Amino acid sequence: MTTTTGSVRPTAPLKSAAPRLRSPRRRIPGRPRRSILLTVLTGVVLVYSLLPLVWLLISATKSQQGLARSFGLWFDGNFDLWHNIGETFAYQDGVFGRWLLNTLLYVVVGAGGATFLAVLGGYALAKFAFPGKRAVFAVVIGAVAVPGTALAVPTFLMFSKMGLTDTPWAVIIPSLISPFGLYLMWVFATEAIPTELMEAARIDGASELRTFFQVALPLLAPGTVTVLLFTTVATWNNYFLPLIMLKDPDWYPLTLGLDSWNKQAQTAGGEAIPHLVLTGSLLTIVPLIAAFLLLQKYWQSGLSAGSVKE
Amino acid sequence: MPKNSRRLLRGIGLLCAVALGATACGGSDNDSSSDKQVSSADIQAALKKGGTVTVWAWEPTLKQVAADFEKKYPKVDIKLVNAGTNNDQYKALSNAIAAKKGVPDVAQIEYYALGQYALTKQITDLKAYGAEKLADSYSPGPWNSVKSGSGVYGLPMDSGPMALFYNKKVFDKYKIAVPTTWDEYVEAARKLHKADPKAYITSDAGDAGLTTSLLWQAGSHPYKVDGTKVGIDFTDAGAKKYSDTWQKLIDEKLVAPVTGWTDDWYKGLGDGTIATLPTGAWMPANFASGVKGASGDWRVAPMPQWEKGANASSENGGSSLALPELGKNKELAYAFVEYANSGAGVQTRIKNGAFPATTKDLNSSSFQNTEFPYFGGQKANKVFAESAKSVPTDWKYLPYQVYSNSIFNDTVGKAYVSSTKLTAGLKAWQDASVKYGTEQGFTVDK
Repeated sequence: MTTTTGSVRPTAPLKSAAPRLRSPRRRIPGRPRRSILLTVLTGVVLVYSLLPLVWLLISATKSQQGLARSFGLWFDGNFDLWHNIGETFAYQDGVFGRWLLNTLLYVVVGAGGATFLAVLGGYALAKFAFPGKRAVFAVVIGAVAVPGTALAVPTFLMFSKMGLTDTPWAVIIPSLISPFGLYLMWVFATEAIPTELMEAARIDGASELRTFFQVALPLLAPGTVTVLLFTTVATWNNYFLPLIMLKDPDWYPLTLGLDSWNKQAQTAGGEAIPHLVLTGSLLTIVPLIAAFLLLQKYWQSGLSAGSVKE
Repeated sequence: MPKNSRRLLRGIGLLCAVALGATACGGSDNDSSSDKQVSSADIQAALKKGGTVTVWAWEPTLKQVAADFEKKYPKVDIKLVNAGTNNDQYKALSNAIAAKKGVPDVAQIEYYALGQYALTKQITDLKAYGAEKLADSYSPGPWNSVKSGSGVYGLPMDSGPMALFYNKKVFDKYKIAVPTTWDEYVEAARKLHKADPKAYITSDAGDAGLTTSLLWQAGSHPYKVDGTKVGIDFTDAGAKKYSDTWQKLIDEKLVAPVTGWTDDWYKGLGDGTIATLPTGAWMPANFASGVKGASGDWRVAPMPQWEKGANASSENGGSSLALPELGKNKELAYAFVEYANSGAGVQTRIKNGAFPATTKDLNSSSFQNTEFPYFGGQKANKVFAESAKSVPTDWKYLPYQVYSNSIFNDTVGKAYVSSTKLTAGLKAWQDASVKYGTEQGFTVDK
């Protein structure tokens, strides 16, 4: 549309009047030329990934009957979002709130703990030489390759021997282990902490603990946030592990709780509550979206860590 | 003989591992001493002493029953846990039995799944608790379903004598008569779909429960079970009646390809595009809560018959409460099961929308005269109670029906989405089930 003829472009000559300024600007990395194809492709991907969210947002504003009678991607006559939210928190004596708190507990203790352990381990593996390091490396890489789902049943059998099933520990303890997080922190710490800086700290008389907390930790912040986000998402969305570990609805995380609400519609005598399941799902993803948006800048710098050697 | 049965038990262990995605079931090789008789005095003593009973069930009406039971026996604590609906719960139950930890004292198990747990002795034979005396108080379909060999492995909680739910508004609009035979049903399907191309007589995307129930009604006996001897055959006269009729519906695209219990399905039931639903008598509660918008549109009629003038029905769904062998406090557990499924709990559950399996309640005038506002004031229970009486009692499910149903869509399901004929699909289902049974150590007649 913009480059049809080029004859009627009053502003173009003005700009080209400063060729010296223009040509170097073109080469600035990070401001590449626009490509229609890429823009369209990105647009398609954007729509593709946002459409389910839009659908969820719209659906959460409908009552149970509204869901059945209206088109999925547009609003029903009534706007019931606030009513739905109220009902979601009130249904079954407010069990949804309990599930939300459970999920927060699993995330704070589980994902927080996993991040802390990954930072400690990654730092140690990156900056200290000790015998058996290669073996640890092999084990960590191997562990990344094994999906947690595959370990869920053996873990269940072990935990039930220890009497831990049906307690929050059954979800928290396995969540504390994040081989991928450890590997990421390892790579990140290798790049982000100059060994010279640590030596300088030691020469100045700082203890190892102080070197870690006051010198290394601030440098590791972007990586830490990245790992924290990874483990938070994994714990927040964890379904299979709590499914086999927990039987008591009082300890369910949101994923299991919503699933049990959804299954009510498939049971003889069960009450179908699709509108509450949808509203509950929306409420479930809001904290995750907020976490991503708030921590965005750390997350981005964390992802590119190690990609440029300076 | 012991060698044989051990092989079978090992096979069943594997069955659980494969079918339920869990590890082996275990816990089945030590024959526990459940032969001793438990008198009602023992049970009364246990109730006085008190204790905790953990109940795994997804049936919503049990909540009130548990509360009432605790009120009546203050020393007993009922821990009601929803450990998932059907397959999810069986998975969890098998896991717990394998781990020999966390096994509930009472578990809800559907009739079609009961055989598998009974055969492997993972649930307790309730004869020792005097359950046999209750035989006459249940309608024949459900009672037959909780029996395995000479044992009684659960008490029927609810039942699903089949009826034809139909959208009267749609039928009236196109002046279609309510079908009384399956031939008329096909005619009605054609007429309806012609009048409104968006409307279908019913929805079916392949549902093992519906198919087996219709075979049951047609007088087919596809499964023969005698302990570990099993026979599977989908070619008898009854099965032919079913496959001929249903093939017509599929070929002429007269059934909506909508899977049951999905949002689309609820929507179709509400807006008239799914005009009938042949299913169990537990459905009214689901209509009232899930299809609120169509209140007043629907009515209930007896099932269409395979032969004009006949009066045959069958059961669809329904479940029992059973006592896992590894559970504790058996006396208390049995007391609760009896209270919920035979005693005062039945009335409580009826009030909350459940459909009973006890003949006394089915035949009571207050039950039969209940008017359903959802069905325009119709006394629907009369239709259901009549249906419960005409269920053939010689039906059997496989001792590994859970697995078998799980492969239904890979075999018979093809008839719904491709040019595969229903008979070919049933043959494939039969072959796959025979093969699996043989692998598990059953003696399978082909």
